[in-house]
Amino acid sequence: MADNKGIMIIAEALNSSLASISKELLGAARKLAADLGDEVSALVIGSGIAGVAAEAITFGADKVFIVDDPLLKDYRTDAWVATAEKVAKQVNPRIILAGQTTIGRDLASRLAFRLNTAVTMDCIDLTVDATSKQLMLTKPVYGGNARAIFTSDLYPQMATVRAKAMSPIAPDSARKGEVVTVAAGLDAAAIRTNVLQKVIAEVEGIKLEDASVVVSGGRGIGGPEGFKQLEELAKILKGAMGASRPPCDSGWVPETIQVGLTGKIVSPDVYIAVAISGSSQHIAGCGGSKNIIAINRDPEANIFKEARFGVVGDWKKIVPAFTAKVKELLGR
Amino acid sequence: MNMIVCVKQVPDPEAPPASFKIDPATNKVVPPPGVPPVISPFDEQAVEAALRIKDAKGGKISILSLGIGLLRDVVKKPLSMGADELILLEDPAFIEGDSWSTAYALAMAIKKIGQFDIIFCGRQASDTDAGQVGSAIAEILGIPQVTVARKVEVLDGKARVEKVTADGYEVVEVNLPALITVSNELGEPRYATIKGIMSAKRKEPIVWKPADIGVEPGKIGATGRRSKMLKLFQPVREGKVEIITGENEEDAAANLARKLVEVKLL
Repeated sequence: MADNKGIMIIAEALNSSLASISKELLGAARKLAADLGDEVSALVIGSGIAGVAAEAITFGADKVFIVDDPLLKDYRTDAWVATAEKVAKQVNPRIILAGQTTIGRDLASRLAFRLNTAVTMDCIDLTVDATSKQLMLTKPVYGGNARAIFTSDLYPQMATVRAKAMSPIAPDSARKGEVVTVAAGLDAAAIRTNVLQKVIAEVEGIKLEDASVVVSGGRGIGGPEGFKQLEELAKILKGAMGASRPPCDSGWVPETIQVGLTGKIVSPDVYIAVAISGSSQHIAGCGGSKNIIAINRDPEANIFKEARFGVVGDWKKIVPAFTAKVKELLGR
Repeated sequence: MNMIVCVKQVPDPEAPPASFKIDPATNKVVPPPGVPPVISPFDEQAVEAALRIKDAKGGKISILSLGIGLLRDVVKKPLSMGADELILLEDPAFIEGDSWSTAYALAMAIKKIGQFDIIFCGRQASDTDAGQVGSAIAEILGIPQVTVARKVEVLDGKARVEKVTADGYEVVEVNLPALITVSNELGEPRYATIKGIMSAKRKEPIVWKPADIGVEPGKIGATGRRSKMLKLFQPVREGKVEIITGENEEDAAANLARKLVEVKLL
């Protein structure tokens, strides 16, 4: 469609700064913009978020649309979709990208249908077809067992992008961009949800998504006690503890440390998988790690196919000996 | 409370990864022999969410499923857990759709059911992993949505939903009728009871064809797709693991520590 121009990312603000997923989206958008000869814009929705505009420009936006309104303080589907719809219709972008996040997965799916287009969710690769100039979107399916490539003839072309699948550009504080303020013009009565309370699970130490070393445990750990040992090892390595889904579902560890398709996506330098078999849905969350170290008693476990180093055996024997040796070698 | 739960029959996601095969000629998954399909796990949790409300407040639960070759033993499972009726959109014209054309057919069926306070879906199907059908149904019906719920209660004519977030959860109140998608944090779905299984045996599903729900033929199934799948493939795994050994497990563990320090990973 000739009228649709530019690539718009839906940015997210986190504690008044630009969320890392939004920096990644801007990085992806800049690449597409180079292929298409288009410009990149960022849409920032919220309350008291105007400060994020400058950061978005630094990370690659040519234009930033700010919709700042007290009614947009919390993410509420009706308000955010109406706002994004309004800006999208005004800007008429060729491509809209959002993060595969709590906000993005709710917003993008509903917005796509509101705009009479299609969206492909949780993409890990975006390219432009040389002839049609349409997006070719690769996403994991079947719990990570397979990948599928999707396209659509409809505009705007939409995708949500998985965390850490794309790289941000190097921030450049000399970049120039335009900031456009758009009035939300919302009717409070048309917003049918209310956020009554936000409950943040307290996590000690380094955040899982930011840690350069992650020590994760699986079903084979057998109970909450075993995770204390993993936590100690994570502390010694100045890293964070994670888990596959079964320990979270069993209540051994908080749900917020689940690594996997429906949990956190991590890509540390070192990911130590202890008693984790390596289901596809778990690999979806840790497959981007630079080095996976596997400790598992089953030499046929799928995790060894993903790992760089491995030890076959009982974690109850291996983890204490490994922890002791690491302490000795690193002098911690 | 009148509740509708949308459930999908999928290949068993717990089948071993090694048994997962794709036929490149058709871009389709070859079902592993001897592994029967199941209801997508998040959809089973959606059934559980509805049952918990029924336990607390009473009400009726209708199960809605779209597909062909729906095994009665599989799609009747929600009935054996305590749901009241099963409606199947079972016709070749309904299948091979995308999230949009599937949601359109489901929404038209929901309109035919008529009375509803809450529509539940799983947060995403374990095959397509898209997580869009819920939003699309809500958009077509013009009702609010809350996605990725870990708990749902009904209080004073509204639903109170604990919505999973990256660092915990938030408590969201939503006007009814609403569409809610459910995540695994809700907890294990209940087992079927003997009584439930017996009663499910006696209940025959209601089967609706496209003409029964007044859909426009061009908008359902493959013809109604807005996105096209060009290719389905399995990522190639390199599998170059170096197994660290030793005299015994403790010794291997110490050797692993030495190795990781040596290659400067630690």
